[in-house]
Parts: sequence; C-alpha cells; structure tokens
Amino acid sequence: MTTLTLGRTSVPAKYLPVLVTGCLFVAMFLVGGIRYEGFATGQIILNVFIDNGFLLVVAVGMTFVILTGGIDLSVGSVVALSTMISASLMAGPGWPPYLVVPLVLLIGSGLGLVMGYIIHAFDIQPFIVTLAGMFLARGLCYTIGTDSIPIEDPTFTAFAQTRIDLFADMWISPSVVIALVVVGVAAYVLHYTRFGRAVYATGGSEQSALLMGLPVARTKVTVYTISGFCSALGGVLLSFYMLSGYGLHAVGMELDAIAAVVIGGTLLTGGTGFLLGTVLGVLVLGLIQTIISFEGTLSSWWTKIFIGLLLFVFILLQRLFSARTRR
Amino acid sequence: MAVPAPVLTMSGIGKQFPGVKALDGVDLRLLPGEVHALMGENGAGKSTLIKVLTGVYPADAGTIELGGATVAFGSPLEAQQAGISTVYQEVNLCTNLSVAENIFIGREPRRFGRIDWKRMRARANELLSRLELSLDVSAPLSTYSLAIQQMVAIARAIDVDARVLILDEPTSSLDADEVEQLFRVMRRLKEEGIAILFVSHFLDQIYEISDRMTILRNGRLVGEYLTKELPQVELVAKMIGQELAALERLHGEAKVFARPLIEARELGRAGAIEPFSLTIHEGEVVGLAGLLGSGRTEIARLLFGADHAGTGEIAVSGSQTSLRTPRAAMTHKIAFCSENRKADGLVPDLTVRENIILALQATRGWTRPVPREQQDELVGKYIKALRISPPNPEHLVRNLSGGNQQKVLLARWLILEPRLLILDEPTRGIDVGAKTEIQRLVAELSDGGMAVLFISAELEEVLRLSHKVEVLRDRRLVAELPNDDSLTTDVLMETIASGGRTS
Repeated sequence: MTTLTLGRTSVPAKYLPVLVTGCLFVAMFLVGGIRYEGFATGQIILNVFIDNGFLLVVAVGMTFVILTGGIDLSVGSVVALSTMISASLMAGPGWPPYLVVPLVLLIGSGLGLVMGYIIHAFDIQPFIVTLAGMFLARGLCYTIGTDSIPIEDPTFTAFAQTRIDLFADMWISPSVVIALVVVGVAAYVLHYTRFGRAVYATGGSEQSALLMGLPVARTKVTVYTISGFCSALGGVLLSFYMLSGYGLHAVGMELDAIAAVVIGGTLLTGGTGFLLGTVLGVLVLGLIQTIISFEGTLSSWWTKIFIGLLLFVFILLQRLFSARTRR
Repeated sequence: MAVPAPVLTMSGIGKQFPGVKALDGVDLRLLPGEVHALMGENGAGKSTLIKVLTGVYPADAGTIELGGATVAFGSPLEAQQAGISTVYQEVNLCTNLSVAENIFIGREPRRFGRIDWKRMRARANELLSRLELSLDVSAPLSTYSLAIQQMVAIARAIDVDARVLILDEPTSSLDADEVEQLFRVMRRLKEEGIAILFVSHFLDQIYEISDRMTILRNGRLVGEYLTKELPQVELVAKMIGQELAALERLHGEAKVFARPLIEARELGRAGAIEPFSLTIHEGEVVGLAGLLGSGRTEIARLLFGADHAGTGEIAVSGSQTSLRTPRAAMTHKIAFCSENRKADGLVPDLTVRENIILALQATRGWTRPVPREQQDELVGKYIKALRISPPNPEHLVRNLSGGNQQKVLLARWLILEPRLLILDEPTRGIDVGAKTEIQRLVAELSDGGMAVLFISAELEEVLRLSHKVEVLRDRRLVAELPNDDSLTTDVLMETIASGGRTS
C-alpha cells in the first residue's frame, strides 16, 4: 500500500485521517518511550499485535461492513460462540483441530450470511438485525455450557504457544501472522477487486451504485458474511490466546472493533476509509492498554476513558472533515 | 427523405400505478444519429416512460423492440448491457470515488483478475478527451462541479457501446457555457450514430439540439413531430392541451407602493452577503436577479430568520424586530418556500393533505389540532386553486410529479396567509404549464396585497412578475431597478455583468 507518501508536502485529502491516526500512534509511542524504562523497543509494538491479533481480524471484517455504511454488532458474540464451539468440540467428543477450525469458520460465515440476507431481503436496519444476532450468538454460548471450558488438545495448544523468532530477540505468535495475512488479503480485495470497489460505491451512495448496475445486494450480503467469517476467525485466534472457550469472552468487543475502525479514519456513513487506518486504530487501542499497564498505578478502566476521549476527538474530526469536503 | 430504420421502437406502452394510469398506449421510436426530445408537462409520463424503457418498472402493456428484436429489461443493468444508457437529472454517481472509477466501476479493466488502475486512468483520460474534458481522473468526483459530474456520467454512459443514450433533464443545473459544452458532446455522439433521447424543460434548448420530438400529455401520446416543422407556440399548446389563452403574457410594471412591510437597513452577514438595504411594500413583487451563488438565497434566509444577521436591523410594518428564528419570522407572517423542495420541505411519505396542513398545525401548537373538517376544506380549496394533480388529498406526495410537489409546498405556506412570501426558485425543474400557473398565482397574490420576494435564475421570469428588481453580484446588492419599459433582460444581464457600475 502506498498510502503514506510523506515525502511530498501535500498529502491528498483522503489520506488525512489515516495520517492523523498514524501520527497519533507515533506520538504515543514516543511519549511512552520517554516516560517509561524499557518501553521504546520493537517488541512492545509486536506485543500489541500479539495481544490484539483477534481484535485486528474482527476489525477487518467490521471495516468491510462500515465501508458499505452498515454496522455489525454481532461480532463479539460470534467470537465468544466460536471459542465455545471450538473448546467444547475438542474437549467433549475430542474432535481434532483441523476439523473444528473449518467448522467454526463455516458457522461464523453462515451466521453473517443469514444476517446479511435478512438485512438485504427485508430492507431492515443493519443495527437491529445484528443486534438480534448478537443476543442470539451470546445466548447460544450458554446452551453449550455456562462455565469456561479449557482447551487441552495438544496440537492446538502447541500451535498456540509457538513463538516465531524474528531478528534481535523479537518474536511473534502464529496468530499475528494469520492476522497480518487477513489484513493483506482484505486490503487487496478492497483495492484491487471489483467486489472491493463495489463496497466503496455502495457506501458512497447505494442508490447510485444500484443505478450504475453494481451488484449492491450481493455486495451487502457478502460484507456481512465476511464480517461473520472474520469474527469466527477472531474467535479461533482468541482461543489460541486464552486456551479456553467461555460465553463471557469478548464481551463488548464489537464496540472495540467499531472504535478501532472509526479511529482509523473510516467514516461511519460509509464509502471512505482505508484498511491501513483500521490497523493503526487497533494499534492505538492496544498501545493505550500498554501505556496504562506501564503506568502501573492506574486502573485498567482508564483504558476505556482514553478510548472514549479519543473517539470523541475522532468523530469531531470526521465531522469537520466531511463538512469541508462537502462544500 | 428516407428515414433510417429506428434503433428502438416502443409501441402501445401502458403502465398502471395504484390509483393512477401513468401511461396509456404510448409509442416512441428513436432513429440512429438523431436527438429526439421527449416533451410533456410534469406528470405527463416522461419519467415513467423512461423507467419502463430502462427496466426500472415492468410495462403492463405494449412491446419494446431494440434493433428489431423484442426486449424486456429486468433492471437498468440489463438495459445498459443491451446498449441503452441513461444519465439522470440527479447525477447518480458515487462522489466518494475517483473520476476514473465512476466511469468504469462495474467493468474495470483487469489484469490477472486484479483491477488495472493504470489502464483505467489512461482509458478514462481518453474517453474524457473525446468529450473535450481534461480532468484529474484520480481525484474524487466530489471535487468537481455538478456540471462536470454530469459529463462524467455521460462518459460512463457512452463507454459501453451505447446505441441509445437517454439524457433525463441533464441541463437543469448547468449554466449557459456548460450547456453549450454538453450540446457539443451531444452533437458529436449524434455523428457517431447514437440515438439520443433528450428531456428538458427549456424550450430553447430543445429547439437548438433536437431533430424530432414526441409529445406526451396525461400519460397519452399526443404525437411525433419534426422539430423544425413545429413552432414553439404550437408545441406548448400541445403539451398543455389548451389554447394559448392560458399563456397570456403577464408583465410586471413599476408601481409606487405606499405601505412598507419589511424594511431592512444595512442587513448583512459576514461571508454570506454584504450589508444591504431593501424595502418591500405590501402588494409588491420584488425580484432578485443574479447568478447562482451571488447571494440570492442568502438574502432570503436572512429575511426569514434562518440565518442570523451579523449587522443591521430589520423592521416589520414600521416596528423594529429581530428575526432570530424561522418561528419568529412566521409569527410576523413571513413564509419561505425553499429552493430544494426535496431536502427542506416536503415529507414524501405523508399525504398531500398532511403536507399542506403541516405549517398551519405548527403555528397552532400540537395541543390544538386543526379539525378534520377545516383541514379538508382548506386543502380542497388549495388543491383547486393551484390545480394540484391528481386532485386527491390522500395521495402520497412521493408519487406526485415535481411541479405538483412544488405546488403542495406552496399551498402549505399560502394556507398561513402570509404577508410576505419568499419564493426561492419556485419554478426550477418544472414544466411550462406549471410554471405559468405559479407565475399567474404570484401575480394574483400580489394583487391581493401580499408581498412577494421572487428569486429565479430565469431573468425573463423575474421581469415578467416583478415590480422592481434587485440585482446581486458577488454577494453584494449592486442595483435596484424599477421594472419599467426600459428594463429588459439585456439590461439586467448587463447590470449583473458590470456590477451596477454604469447605472
């Protein structure tokens, strides 16, 4: 992606929000480096990826949905459901991971497909359909079990605990690789395929997209399917991270994902935004957590306060930005 | 004279909507290399015919033949693939995407399955140069004016091997130069053998560009004529189906009015309009003339309290007031009929009656509903007075044609019996018949003692109605001209151009 061409003095207006988020990330990293001993290392950034790989994947799916002007509130619950199904199938009947993981991905995509179809076929607000999906998926977790189910499958745990060593003592987990592959594929799809451009067009003006002969219906259903798939994959990654399945995993993650997308400069009205922004949004959220934990004395709830303040700033920026471009 | 075989023939087309027969036995044929004008008043069925042709609505009766084969399109996409492209009045493009994408989206050039951006930009440049345009094709469409967006829409339409190009009121938001540019493009496409179906309310444009026309009235076919064989007067008569008595030329005249209603002194708002002084008398029609963006709407908004005045003062009937909100203006019986009827005025999902009664209800407050009987009486009266069609108060406004929607909006304000009625472009995008009716109405209202502030881009219309004309230029009121015999559109145009320095 060649979105950050800092060499030139004039940056095209459409890259501005991404640039702002990028600068924010750099600034936070510098401030952290100055304030805390041992902060300014590459591993800190890698840790942010390791701790937020699942969120990144979920946020990628959310980016597709928000780019069309929709919203998907069900992602957190689908993540929880995925951890629950994975854990219970591996613990109970003892299914192997290579059967369980595809099945979970299929279920997630299926849920997304159904929600997308309802949104399209009955012309219902995505907010309410995915809200229903959110309750449904969360409820289904408890039909499987009310307690946390540990994952003890040897292949699964071995994979989860693998460290991929990079240069200079730095390392990442396989989840990070998966998440980055998802980001890469998604960025390619959005930028280089007809489907990706139809996503932007639908978000820009659904009516126009329809009259230009774009497959708006298929696009809308597909983005919710993608979001469902990403949520399920996020659930699998969360299972790697937690090594358990639990109905109370990922409570409120849909909001984190939305926050990451918005902080990344994607307009909630649809049609404008970049996947790189979403990556930066997730990194900013993760870095806030890291800084709070380095601070030591602050309660982790301060994370929420900072995210809240950041969101306010970014939606105000968005408003100013869109008001200016509309003139 | 040998007539080439038509590219497209529609015969006996019928279309029924709940409660309305929109089209009944309409024929239309388009010949290659001709510009064919589709004429008719609002509600005559032009839009419906186009929508039937492009597959938005299925036809209830009749057949469509394209190049000799019978076709029935299920969607605009199918029509487009068959070579029938449409450019609508409201530009239906995605302004968040780049110019090049807007031209090619849905059929982007690809290499190994991935979009070939470089080739797409190159081809977009090529195509636009065919239309004598040079744009930065990678810039988002929103950075360009509406006129350019329209051209981009045409570029999109002709990139597919279009055999038929439908232009549905493409000129309604273009200025003279842009129209000229559009016509150049149309002539070029015509030479390439494309059949163009052109809809416009500007008769001069029709006569300049079209070769042949089909006239509709009330969903029925009036006939097909060669443009050069049909004089304008006859065309209008055929469109409105009456003799020309209805078109008697109104003419405004300079009169001296005694009782000032609104006196604005040095009223102004930074960035919107420089301080101006303006007196509107009872029974006076004041026209505002000036180019788009010269501050016409800004004056209206200040007088209605929709914007705050930064400087100056305003007096209503001699007493000093401050019109800080539209509500305050409404208590002084000032009404504002806005330019954008869709965005700021009508509620499309309510009925004609509900829309008309809205403002009256608002002034009474929600605790005192207007009795149904009174509603029916009032609404019935205005439907009749304004000749709203169909004359059914329970019809949804959404299903009315543009001109009739405008009349509903007008009725809403008239029902309040305002002392000053501000009309911002009341005749934009509506047809000759409705236009004359609205003009006649303005004249009648002012005879009845109502003051009217009339804003229109058409100088002729301003001249026809106004007692005096205020000329605006660059957000400044540059001249006030009494509408006497010496005032012509040429004089007005000169004043606008010179900024009033000569007068």
